Amino acid sequence: MGLLDFFKKKPTTEQKEKLDEGLEKTRSSFINKISKVVVGKSTIDENFLDDLEEILISSDVGVDTTVKIIDRIEARVSKDKYLGETELNTMLKEEIIGLLSENESPIHNQETKPYVIMVVGVNGVGKTTTIGKLSHMFKQQGLKVVIGAADTFRAAAVDQIKIWGDRVGVEVVAKGMNTDPAAVAFEAVKYGSEVEADVVIIDTAGRLHNKVNLMNELSKIKRVMDKQVDGAPHEVLLVLDASTGQNAFEQAKQFTASTEVSALALTKLDGTAKGGVVIGISDQFNIPVKYIGVGEQMNDLQIFDGKNFVNSLFS
Amino acid sequence: MFENLSSKLDKAFQTLKGQSKLTELNIAETVKEIRRALVDADVSYKIAKDFTNRIKDKALGGDVLTSVSPGQLMTKIVNDELVELLGGETQPIDLSGNPSVILIAGLQGSGKTTFSGKLVKHLKSKGRNPLLVACDVYRPAAINQIKVLGEQVGVSVFANEDLKDPLAIAKDAIKHAKANNYNVVVVDTAGRLSVDEVMMNEIGNLKSALNPQEILFVVDAMTGQDAVNTAKVFNDKLDFDGVVLTKLDGDTKGGAAISIKAIVNKPIKFVSTGEKMEALDVFHPDRMASRILGMGDIVSFVERAQDTFDKDEAAKLQKKMRKNQFDFDDFLKQLAQIKKMGNIKDLMGMIPGVGKAIKDVDIDDDSFKGIEAIIHSMTSEERQSPQILDGSRKQRIAKGSGTSTTEVNKLVKQFDEMKKMMKQMNSSKGTRAGKMPFKR
Repeated sequence: MGLLDFFKKKPTTEQKEKLDEGLEKTRSSFINKISKVVVGKSTIDENFLDDLEEILISSDVGVDTTVKIIDRIEARVSKDKYLGETELNTMLKEEIIGLLSENESPIHNQETKPYVIMVVGVNGVGKTTTIGKLSHMFKQQGLKVVIGAADTFRAAAVDQIKIWGDRVGVEVVAKGMNTDPAAVAFEAVKYGSEVEADVVIIDTAGRLHNKVNLMNELSKIKRVMDKQVDGAPHEVLLVLDASTGQNAFEQAKQFTASTEVSALALTKLDGTAKGGVVIGISDQFNIPVKYIGVGEQMNDLQIFDGKNFVNSLFS
Repeated sequence: MFENLSSKLDKAFQTLKGQSKLTELNIAETVKEIRRALVDADVSYKIAKDFTNRIKDKALGGDVLTSVSPGQLMTKIVNDELVELLGGETQPIDLSGNPSVILIAGLQGSGKTTFSGKLVKHLKSKGRNPLLVACDVYRPAAINQIKVLGEQVGVSVFANEDLKDPLAIAKDAIKHAKANNYNVVVVDTAGRLSVDEVMMNEIGNLKSALNPQEILFVVDAMTGQDAVNTAKVFNDKLDFDGVVLTKLDGDTKGGAAISIKAIVNKPIKFVSTGEKMEALDVFHPDRMASRILGMGDIVSFVERAQDTFDKDEAAKLQKKMRKNQFDFDDFLKQLAQIKKMGNIKDLMGMIPGVGKAIKDVDIDDDSFKGIEAIIHSMTSEERQSPQILDGSRKQRIAKGSGTSTTEVNKLVKQFDEMKKMMKQMNSSKGTRAGKMPFKR
């Protein structure tokens, strides 16, 4: 039983239901709008494309990506051709899946132990909660997990991650508040190697991506881990809040610049936020979305599946 | 590719450059660009559309002012509309009760707890005696967080870790406040999604039981199109009194502010600009509009500058700038002044026309060190007349400052461009700031 097996595991029916449930709001409004657009229209005309633009932009897809999707649809059909609702839905789905799957990189085949995951993001996106859920997910797979509490800045952040550690039964390496986060990360990776953990997850303090000093600190935290375990961190997970607008692009850009982000987690998808931002980011950066958060309980984390995601939007 | 709203709007106005008057055609084009700029800044699609339609009507129906260019006229129209939309006067919070109760609500991760800490600090500095109440009984360590913040700002915290009922805790807190002469009670609550009925009812019940003087809705400035939905549901439930915009120290333009204001018509009362407990500002609609438009938040800049700048030095400097006699010595002095004022990039962003020029530039607070070293390695003659800098002088300076001739060349070039810019600014006085010489 290795990491690979875990990653291959298909979501259970229960998880699928949860996703459907979480996306219900998103889907109903999306479908309502699409249907509204289609009803009474016999051809694809300028008005139709304008309406489509509105739908996509209102879902936070972003202007550039929306234009790209519309261009692709325009290219695929001559404008005067009749298009039914089903055909149109299929086409839209295909185009969006196309944008997502272009980035679908294979999950790393990790032979080294421990597999180190560093979690980064701006303030309040849900990094710590995601780590709690992620640890639980790995633990359920029979993997040994160690958490490094390297958010030593925000008030009570260490307490918060310790509570999550207790809750899911995972060891937390902490040195207390206001200690050097790089030192905590180093210790956690070291401890993870000593106890032969399968996965080490490093929590970091939320920081706005335009704060140069804090971003440099993040690069440093990343660098020190490599000194302990070759190639660590093996994954840098950027956590994005689904309700964030176009600023998410800037976040992806800046965090990638300082820590080479290799995967995304999209949180709070159980709200009314459309999560369309994922489509845009997947399109513009070559970073796959790996996880989605659909609630505050420990089971509310799922592996992102582009097809499922888009299907859920349109089904 | 990801330009902020100011630079997008700049681009929109660019379309009008060289045009002698506003026509239906050039207005339509500009309006389309403005709409796109607003949407890119996360203003709700519908609101951006309404907004730009109003702009269009005003521009078409407006008196033709021959003295201003179409670009300037359009800027004025957009600015006026933005100010109106964002709200006129800054509104204070209601502290009439005894104790006054302030209820804090919002989504998860919007920054409620950090804001609550800042708010009680602010109230305390105004001579109030606040009590901070921890009603987030769900998130792990939320109560600890608020206790730590309370300690940091020197304000008492009311919490009850054994009780999982926010309503009971809040009621006890008010009793406690009455008995102990606290005159403001700030109730921090758990983050909740607008679709979570149970949690929305919980906060509704808190409202009806506590009857707060002030309900503040806390929202992340980076929120996208969803801002309108969330704000509407919260407002329907709570009929809140004001909005708090957090994380405005990021590079988001805060289009959500425009959306929320337009959809619920409630004033933005505070903006939160950092993790430190001091980083709380009262919201100024006019300043925000100027900032969005790329006209710079010159008022804040001047206020900050007044606090730190040496007046005589500044006057001297200005005189020199006007006469185009600005030299490396002045540059050095200016650097020292600026450094006293705080975070460089934030400051630069407040200067008209500069924000967009530096938006992609990383400015480290230490980044002046190299520049200073180079200037310090120059002779006073070189500082005053940089044109005499030849190859061998530059080599000497590079050695002396521990840099390379490339870096010295770069600085000299930047300095030349700066002088050019100042010349331009002088010649375009009274209008929008001159074009910045920036890449591409």
